[in-house]
Amino acid sequence: MSAATQTKYEVVIGLEVHAQLKTKTKIFCSCPVNFGNDPNMNACPVCLGMPGVLPVLNKQVVAYAIKTGLALGCQIAKRCKFDRKQYFYPDLPKNYQISQYDEPICLNGSLDINGKRIAIQRIHMEEDAGKLVHAGSDRLHGSDYSLVDYNRTGTPLIEIVSMPDMRSAEEAREYAQTLRGILRYLDVCDGNLEEGSMRCDVNLSLRPIGSTTFGTRTETKNVNSFKSLVRAVESEIERQSEILDSGGRIVQETRLFDENTGKTFSMRSKEEAHDYRYFPEPDLVPLEISQAWIKEIKETVPELPHEKKTRYQEEYGLSLDDTKVLIDDKNMAEFYEAVVRLGANAKKAANWLIGPITAYLKENKTDIIDCCMTPKQLVDLLKALENGIVNDNTAKAEILEEILVNGTEVEEIINKKGLSQITDESALKTIVKEIIEQNPEQLKQLKEGKEKVRGFFVGQAMKKTNGKASPAIVNKLIDEFLKSS
Amino acid sequence: MITKQQVEHVAKLARLNLTEEEKELYTEQLSKILDYIDQLNEVNTNGIEPMTQPIPTVNVMREDIVKRQFEREDMLKNAPHEEYGFFRVPKIGE
Repeated sequence: MSAATQTKYEVVIGLEVHAQLKTKTKIFCSCPVNFGNDPNMNACPVCLGMPGVLPVLNKQVVAYAIKTGLALGCQIAKRCKFDRKQYFYPDLPKNYQISQYDEPICLNGSLDINGKRIAIQRIHMEEDAGKLVHAGSDRLHGSDYSLVDYNRTGTPLIEIVSMPDMRSAEEAREYAQTLRGILRYLDVCDGNLEEGSMRCDVNLSLRPIGSTTFGTRTETKNVNSFKSLVRAVESEIERQSEILDSGGRIVQETRLFDENTGKTFSMRSKEEAHDYRYFPEPDLVPLEISQAWIKEIKETVPELPHEKKTRYQEEYGLSLDDTKVLIDDKNMAEFYEAVVRLGANAKKAANWLIGPITAYLKENKTDIIDCCMTPKQLVDLLKALENGIVNDNTAKAEILEEILVNGTEVEEIINKKGLSQITDESALKTIVKEIIEQNPEQLKQLKEGKEKVRGFFVGQAMKKTNGKASPAIVNKLIDEFLKSS
Repeated sequence: MITKQQVEHVAKLARLNLTEEEKELYTEQLSKILDYIDQLNEVNTNGIEPMTQPIPTVNVMREDIVKRQFEREDMLKNAPHEEYGFFRVPKIGE
């Protein structure tokens, strides 16, 4: 946003996030929820909206919606219902989508981002639509006809609607990322924007700074990454401010973000197309949610990322940056906690996980739970280091990968490869003495206080021992030698 | 009462092409139906909760267990046109 825009307009953003739930079956029938199957393999008469079929609600969908609501501090409705939202589009064979209109399952929650509270208006359950493949051309309007795959039809969604509380692209990104973290920790959604298992629609308007009423908003869809979210917001701010600057009027409409141009373009006018004529879904009976069920679900809500963030800093004494790396992936956080529970030093364990282990995972595009290393093995490695059995370099270069790839026990690797550190003072003394005697020039410099030269001697000792000398003992021997000579 | 404009709007939403005669006819007929239903407004409903479902049952749910009961071949039998396992539909224009 340009400086001029920044001082003239306030940006008002609200996000509607659709999250595909990780259930085995669809929301209203027993067809599997699978991605990447051949077209229409997972479609039944319910998915296809055949006359006379009846939807039957998947209990797990309700449980996941409640779980998400609890994690976001929402009130869970004692009673709610489903409604029909009518519109014609070939991806929706019934010509209506079963959704929740005026009685959503969750209300009035919130999410904190960097100390700012973003209110969540509601969470409701609904069904996803099918997928259209446009033949003839990849552009919507150039197609001769369309092909429809109803595999996705009926995939359970929850829509999480924020209040218009965000004031910048950064806040919108932070909100979406924090929300994704929570959905992943709850294990209710993959949170993959690129693949569409989490979709963000951006409601955005501008108003003169100081104004208390909202301007006309647009809704931008097709935002497939956090980067695109930021770009879409920035481009829409620019577009709207240009219109307002030239005395124009913002049209309330749905727009699509184009990844290639970085701009949004009009999809349809909201005023005209959106007349959904909601009415209560007669084929489904209302839901009455008991306190006992809520309590049962509440017990399955794990410690959430923001709670871990506070605890890691307070309890383990980690920095905020280190904490963020560890909690980003739930599996990593759980692995870390297991390592600490087994008695490892919290900071050292964090350093190893954030440093060499994360580097390995990134390089090999894998996940900590897909590696063979157990928390106990990392503890063993840290102990071997602490007890001076191996040194840092050996641990990183010779042992770590072997554990990660094959899950070999630390002791076995050390014995097999003969990696034990040389801690025998008398053996090292001979070596140190020899090095010092062979390098009188460097010795002179060290005696004159050039501490940098010490590294040279340690390095030489390592070279002679194939990296197995204990650096601590080598240093101690150098000191002794200096004193006695 | 319902106006001709309302009939046109509803027809458009329902993707129906109506002739002028049909519009007139439906305006009249729909108005009559609405007037008839309007009789319900004569009943005093003060203090009565709106009913969204006439059946007293609540919480009909199933467990999250996969059942494959239908073949794609059968599902595509009702498709006017199909191609590569897809349903083929006319070009979508807004």
